Amino acid sequence: MIRLQNIKKVYRTDTVETLAINGINLDIAKGEFLSIMGPSGCGKSTLLNIMGLLDEPSKGNIQIDSQDISSYSDQKLAKFRNEKLGFIFQSYHLINDLQVLDNVELPLLYRNSSAKERKRLATEALEKVGLSNRLKHFPTQLSGGQRQRVAIARAIVGNPQIILADEPTGNLDSAMGNEIMDILINLNKNEGTTIVMVTHDENMAHKTHRLVRLFDGSQVQ
Amino acid sequence: MLKNYFKIAIAVLKRRKFFTFVSLFGISFTLTILMVTTAFMDKVLSPDYPDLKRERSLYVSSMEYKNTKEGWMNRSDVSYYFFSHYVSTLKNVDKMAISSNPKASNAYVNNKKIVIAYKYTNADYWNVLEYRFLAGKPFSQKEIDNADKVAVISEETRKAYFGDASNVIGRYISADNVNYRVIGVVANVSKTVNSLSGDMYLPYTVSTSDYNKPDLMGPYNAVLLAKSKADVPKMQKEFQQMMRRVPIPKDFDRVYSNADPFFSSMTRRIAGDGANNGKTRVVTIMSIFVLLFLLLPTINLVNINVTRIMERSSEIGVRKAFGASSKTLVYQFIVENMILTFLGGIIGIILSLLAIYLINGANVISNMRLSMNLTVLFYSFIACVFFGLISGVYPAWRMSKLNVVKALKAQ
Ligand SMILES: Nc1ncnc2c1ncn2[C@@H]1O[C@H](COP(=O)(O)OP(=O)(O)O)[C@@H](O)[C@H]1O
Ligand SMILES: [Mg+2]
Repeated sequence: MIRLQNIKKVYRTDTVETLAINGINLDIAKGEFLSIMGPSGCGKSTLLNIMGLLDEPSKGNIQIDSQDISSYSDQKLAKFRNEKLGFIFQSYHLINDLQVLDNVELPLLYRNSSAKERKRLATEALEKVGLSNRLKHFPTQLSGGQRQRVAIARAIVGNPQIILADEPTGNLDSAMGNEIMDILINLNKNEGTTIVMVTHDENMAHKTHRLVRLFDGSQVQ
Repeated sequence: MLKNYFKIAIAVLKRRKFFTFVSLFGISFTLTILMVTTAFMDKVLSPDYPDLKRERSLYVSSMEYKNTKEGWMNRSDVSYYFFSHYVSTLKNVDKMAISSNPKASNAYVNNKKIVIAYKYTNADYWNVLEYRFLAGKPFSQKEIDNADKVAVISEETRKAYFGDASNVIGRYISADNVNYRVIGVVANVSKTVNSLSGDMYLPYTVSTSDYNKPDLMGPYNAVLLAKSKADVPKMQKEFQQMMRRVPIPKDFDRVYSNADPFFSSMTRRIAGDGANNGKTRVVTIMSIFVLLFLLLPTINLVNINVTRIMERSSEIGVRKAFGASSKTLVYQFIVENMILTFLGGIIGIILSLLAIYLINGANVISNMRLSMNLTVLFYSFIACVFFGLISGVYPAWRMSKLNVVKALKAQ
């Protein structure tokens, strides 16, 4: 599903050059639930962003769903992200000015779907994460766990084949973290969604199919 | 999609109430001033009672002598003699309305002084200009030839002098201790129709000064009427040729007088002289002024918008991650900005209506009635679009260039 070949990423600032990713090769199969672990600053987020086409590698080749996306224009990349990928972030990144329902509808705004259809799909997605009674709330009126569930609803509303989650339980206590984890596991089991998750929690990582450990931009396991 | 943009735009506006207030105030205040100015310009420049044949008319309102060697110059209104002796010979002038500049005279009603501005006119004055007679009629050539002391007065003067009397025709009005018999009452003329407004109109032959004195300068001006619109350029050319035959007064080496279309006659008075009608100058200065005036709130808006974008970087990052292209984001932001400017526009229109209502009510300029018409609305619409686009494009471009990863980290 996702194939990374010899990916390197260098960050250049005025004074220093940071090698964030140093030659990573990774094949992730369709329907796989993969977790990535490693100390802070080892390049986990960078790697996930590259997989999510949010950042370009300095070197190397990415294929997603057997498509070589290196030559894609901004417009084409946007469409690709919209249809194939769903993101979950550690700090949720909900739009506080919009109600829960509008937040979840967001990915559907960028494809051809009617307002009615958008509403139906968003309500369905919120039902899956157990939040169908909070449609008209604003994000600031919800707890951390509820916000992350809204973010998951937003990630799955467009029915993407891949979900990329960067420390989705990082800001939550263990009970809420487990709830989120259960949702992801069910999603992977029932819908066959490919999931790549960055985590700091060994327990969470052991619930996934495969664990990749990074150290200083390289894969160590 | 638009509904969603609208939702977020309103939410963003509500969140930053102070900034929103400043932007809306800037936009609506600027628009109000522009709209009232446009309404005023429209009032001044488009044909207005009683000067309704501007397309067929040329205006002669100044006489200028120059001594180019010494740098002397003398400028004044025009003599009656100049019109009767020179201009009346022009074949293309169908009719000519000659009148003197209004002069103040004193009249007393119940021991209270009122000031009456009177004008001397010829008989054709009433044929060229379309005064609306509420009672009576204008004076004719016969009354002029007899130097009859007759007067046409304005509605305002009737009220001030005669009070609520229903019929004043045949009654006498005394100005500067001379009695004139009222033969007509006309509707008030706005002060903006500068050279034609007055409280009382008298035959020029009752004037105490010698209107036949062969001088070029005097207190008169004239509206020259051509038979048709097509004849106007011919008439202007003929006037210019005639000027070459006018003898140059001693001590000077040039003499200028011009028959101008309405707009040029205004610009010549404001920014021109005998040789230059000042049109380019006035138009340039006004355009620069309007641009600068529009630019200030635009820069303010750009500034506010850029700040806003930085605050919204997380939203921008999320939208990009979930499939918004740069182009879509630019579009969204410009739409949002348009919503803001049109909101400002609507407030501006309401404020302008209020301002116009107050200006008309206070009679700031005597008998001027401003109105909000389609021209004014059209220009303010253009100004709104100008605001919205100019102040939206640069911030939108900055926004669309934000790197997603950085945008998401910024929070
Ligand atoms: N925009 C950037 N500019 C410069 N250096 C960066 C930037 N983003 C990340 N880095 C550096 O790259 C390395 C990997 O960062 P990151 O992928 O965020 O680590 P992790 O998610 O594993 O904590 C770190 O050393 C970090 O300082
Ligand atoms: Mg990280």
